[in-house]
Amino acid sequence: MPKHSKQPTSAFNPELIRGALVESVKKLDPRTLWRNPVMFCVEIASLITMITFILSVTHANQDPVWFTAAVSVWLWLTVFFSTFAEALAEGRGKARAASLRKARTEVTAKRLERPEFGRPHTVVSANALKKGDCILVEAGDMIAGDGEVVLGAALVNESAVTGESAPVVRESGGDRSAVTGGTQVIANSVIVRITANPGETFLDRMIGLIEGAKRRKTPNEIALEVLLISLTLVFLLVCANMSPLSIYSVRAAGQGTPVSLTVLVALFVCLAPTTIAALLPAIGIAGMDRLFQKNVIALSGRAIEAAGDVNILLLDKTGTITHGNREAVAFIPVGGHTEQEVAQAALMTSLADETPEGRSIVTLAKKQYGLHDEGQAAGVESIAFSAETRLSGINVADQKYRKGAADSLVAFVKLQGGTIPHELEIVVDKIAREGATPLVVCRDQEIYGVVNLKDIVKSGIQERFRQLRSMGIKTVMITGDNPLTAAAIAAEAQVDDFLSQAKPEDKLRLIKDSQEAGFMVAMTGDGTNDAPALAQADVAVAMNTGTQPAREAANIIDLDSNPTKLLDIVMVGKQILMTRGNLTTFSIANDIAKYFAIVPAALLSIYPQLGGLNIMHLASPYSAILSAVIFNALVIPALVPLALKGTAFRPLPAEKLLIYNLLIYGVGGMVAPFLGIKAIDLLVGVLV
Amino acid sequence: MNLYEWMQTSLFLVVLLSLIKPLGTFMAKVYQGERTILSPVLGPCENLIYRLGGVDRDEEMGWRRYAWAMVLCNIALFAALFIMLLVQGRLPLNPQQLPDFSWQLALNTAVSFVTNTNWQNYSGESAASYLTQMAGLTVHNFVSAATGMAIAIALIRGFVRRKAEQIGNFWVDLTRGVLYILLPLSFISALGLVSQGVIQNFSPYRSVTLLEPFSYQQAKVDAAGHPMTDAAGKAMTETVNVSEVRLPMGPVASQEAIKELGTNGGGFFNANSAHPFENPTPLSNFLETLLILLIPGALTYTFGVMVGNTRQGWALLFVMLFLLMGAFSVLQGAESYGNPGLAKLGMQGPNLEGKELRFGLAATNLFTVATTGTSCGAVVAMHDSLTPLGGLVPLGLILLGEIVFGGVGSGLYTMLAFAIIAVFVSGLMIGRTPEYLGKKIEVREMWMSIITILTAGIVVLILSGIAMLTPQALASMANPGSHGLTEIIYAIASMANNNGSAFAGLNGNTPFYNLLGALAMLIGRYGPAISILAMAGSLAGKKYVPPSLGTLPTDKAPFAIWLTLVILIVGALTFFPALAMGPIVEHLTMLGGG
Repeated sequence: MPKHSKQPTSAFNPELIRGALVESVKKLDPRTLWRNPVMFCVEIASLITMITFILSVTHANQDPVWFTAAVSVWLWLTVFFSTFAEALAEGRGKARAASLRKARTEVTAKRLERPEFGRPHTVVSANALKKGDCILVEAGDMIAGDGEVVLGAALVNESAVTGESAPVVRESGGDRSAVTGGTQVIANSVIVRITANPGETFLDRMIGLIEGAKRRKTPNEIALEVLLISLTLVFLLVCANMSPLSIYSVRAAGQGTPVSLTVLVALFVCLAPTTIAALLPAIGIAGMDRLFQKNVIALSGRAIEAAGDVNILLLDKTGTITHGNREAVAFIPVGGHTEQEVAQAALMTSLADETPEGRSIVTLAKKQYGLHDEGQAAGVESIAFSAETRLSGINVADQKYRKGAADSLVAFVKLQGGTIPHELEIVVDKIAREGATPLVVCRDQEIYGVVNLKDIVKSGIQERFRQLRSMGIKTVMITGDNPLTAAAIAAEAQVDDFLSQAKPEDKLRLIKDSQEAGFMVAMTGDGTNDAPALAQADVAVAMNTGTQPAREAANIIDLDSNPTKLLDIVMVGKQILMTRGNLTTFSIANDIAKYFAIVPAALLSIYPQLGGLNIMHLASPYSAILSAVIFNALVIPALVPLALKGTAFRPLPAEKLLIYNLLIYGVGGMVAPFLGIKAIDLLVGVLV
Repeated sequence: MNLYEWMQTSLFLVVLLSLIKPLGTFMAKVYQGERTILSPVLGPCENLIYRLGGVDRDEEMGWRRYAWAMVLCNIALFAALFIMLLVQGRLPLNPQQLPDFSWQLALNTAVSFVTNTNWQNYSGESAASYLTQMAGLTVHNFVSAATGMAIAIALIRGFVRRKAEQIGNFWVDLTRGVLYILLPLSFISALGLVSQGVIQNFSPYRSVTLLEPFSYQQAKVDAAGHPMTDAAGKAMTETVNVSEVRLPMGPVASQEAIKELGTNGGGFFNANSAHPFENPTPLSNFLETLLILLIPGALTYTFGVMVGNTRQGWALLFVMLFLLMGAFSVLQGAESYGNPGLAKLGMQGPNLEGKELRFGLAATNLFTVATTGTSCGAVVAMHDSLTPLGGLVPLGLILLGEIVFGGVGSGLYTMLAFAIIAVFVSGLMIGRTPEYLGKKIEVREMWMSIITILTAGIVVLILSGIAMLTPQALASMANPGSHGLTEIIYAIASMANNNGSAFAGLNGNTPFYNLLGALAMLIGRYGPAISILAMAGSLAGKKYVPPSLGTLPTDKAPFAIWLTLVILIVGALTFFPALAMGPIVEHLTMLGGG
């Protein structure tokens, strides 16, 4: 279970509210408010009523002074509530950014000329470090910048970034080599090569994102804003049109007064979609913040929203579906060799292998067969695994020890003129069918036997895939395993499809083809070889434990390195869109009741018959209009908790979800203001 | 409604719905360039037209070129008609020696016909010669209708095509629309109308001696047309004896068919389809009502065929049908209820003022909702004489944006713009980036859809406001008061939405209405039309997103209901205050016995 950050998690913490109050007043500045055009119009409307009020003190106006004053106050409150909602949503992120910034301050680094232990170092400021510099980090030191471990292994406390208090292992080679600036080494020493210039580190980016400095409106948000602005324009014209029509009507009816400016402005603000416009910025910020709470950093709001649309999810098998590392559990001899011989050969092939699988072979060989590798490491040329040959091992004293998948190794042995023991295929198939990985071991042209690498599927993962399926998301497992192994694990984990023996270009092609067919592809990955595919995917989630290239190619980073987080990301993405949609519907549905409150009231002096439209039986025209204005203002703070939390997501088919939300926010939006305005009218009646 | 009216209305719906599929399929074939049963006959004509016009039928256009071709074609046709009206008196086929149009009236009329509005600030029999009617107005009836259809088809191609730049060839779409669809259907329908007694001749107007001469009193007016009063200030009257009437003649049937079929609505005579020579019998009325709804209805099926899922078309059709029948029910209810004020005076029964008794209440009401729900605008009754609530129905249908079947082509494309708005909001509500027919709805589509659905409404709000402050505009009113307000809003709404029907009671042939009306018609037509073409271009360039479990199906009832609500709410929110000062207060006054 991911532990959550120790930062304040409730938006309604008194300290945050105090900060938000100050911020929200600053946000009233028209120079910043114009970014929210609807609320900007409301601010102008407030200003107009205020001026009208000031003038009405000296020059008698057709409306009572108290009415103009009250409308003006409540219109200002409407704007204030909207800036307050935004400030409140930003508050949590700011608190977190402040604590992150502390982690960055005044760190020094021990710079090395060459990446070797025991060399002299010079102490420099973290800000002086450039890409490519190598630094020594010893126990107790802060890591001065983003980088990758090139030598050694250490225990690192990353709680400053992740909020996770348990330290993690960072080591050279493999997929756990990346370290983040601002984290602290607790045990051992490592040499780190810096991969980011000052000011461009992960921490810097994170702080920027959390503070909202780089927050841009998403395309979807802009499209919604287009709708809201257009509606605002129409309502502006509706109110402007009411004036000449009422002037004519006064003449036609021979009684009454034309609708006053204050009433027109009040009507305009009530009709304009202020509820959604006021809460729109808060919804996006709060969504990102909810992801932070789950220890996920989205590098753009766009990525989160895209996550809500994902149709295909590509999951790297290792570490995602199965418990990270496969472990060697048995050595099975073939061709007349003994177990001991297989173990010995397997040990040799894995001497230079730093992958967890390689190490598990060494461990098993040492533990179960009492072997040891001392003295054997001299004069060794290590052959690293490559995706092309798909073999690894060592060359020592003219002997070539290799291990690898059956087909690659058989090809290697045949090339050297060796023969293939007839039982090899049976053994390999048997292991593969069990969902484990058979790794064949040879010395030169001689096949010794097979290592059984067992893969353990994470518990509970089937349930998560089932949920994804119910949301219309297809899961595809990607693995370098042979098809048999892959099929066995795919069946156990209940993924929808799998790609076996996948090379980096295969992953990339799969993503491109799926995108070509119109699908939105999400991918989780952590290795450097995932980077091209991550860069291509629409939603790319990199594990924080992953390599630097993987983290750079991604647009979402999971600090807990828990790949099934994607489900949460999808959920938050959908929640953001749903909250916007639901509040838009609510906001517009409210207008019906507001019309019934304001229009008869505004025209009553001209056409007393229109009193028939006053179905709420509001006390007087002025209290009717004021009640609508007050309701319109109060509904904003009332909905702030909903905007911050997001509307509940239910994994229902699209149609049922729509009906459900329409009943709550559409029908609810029509009914609520009738009740609310009536209640406020009763209160206003008591006061006035 | 009585049993006969129930049967008549049901029969009408059955006939209409049974024609949707065959005609829709046929039109899909025509626009997709496939062979049809008419190809052997019309194919050579089509080829000849392309050869004469220098059109390469296989050359496709991007949206800008397509829009440009459409605009150029419309400008040329406008200019031709404008000039023809200005010099009408010097042209042949004018047995009544009707004079030239004034430039303002000619401008208004030419704009009106080129935009498929057919708002008439002139009266056909006393102002337009046979040549003007046939070679001027009727040509526009065909071309403006085919233009609307071409735009709708271009938009459908936008949905269908993937990562494409082209949306078709305007000249080909226009030619095919006229040649394969409008001409054959008009020809057959004109024969049907002639069989019912609609006239078709070039004779001069005939004088007929009445068997029963009569006389009546009328207000005496001075030279300027103002009522004269005597010394006591009372209106002076004079007695008129009538023993002979003049019957206008003309080539009516050929224009009548396309008038309905192309949702044009410009009547040959001033009385439009209420005139016995335009619409003599209940059967001809049935046929004309059918023609109005035929192509707009069938285009939904064409849409379904072209996007590869006919249910998508049916969903839109049922939204249209629901709104049409809803409007019909309200109108029928209001008119049957009549005026309680008259009932108190002992005049029980439905409101029959301004209606033709040969059609009856239900058929009149059906025609009224059909002609205002589509952008036709032909009339069979005086909308001015409907009860306040009844009058609200045709006005409301126009203000909704002409989507209840709507104009030929324009009804479908405006409805699709509404569907995009509905998809956008509902898409958000289910947590997905909205998509319609596999195309993602993004900022550009939102802009274009909003321009399409709001342009006419904005024009109405602005111009009606201006009219209320302009003495010249108010002087045209026959009924001051809230009814006069309705008359002005109706007139402006009718022009801005390219409907063309008049509420009556308002003198439109004044500089104010001629010029402002022309402006309203132009903005109301080309604002949406060009936006739709821009959207077609942007949609065509998008890739296709296959539907998944998370996609909202747009061919099922929940979406259709949501779309209906969106249409009604947008309309109601935009016009509620204005309507409150017009028909609503009039209705409340009537109920209150005022």
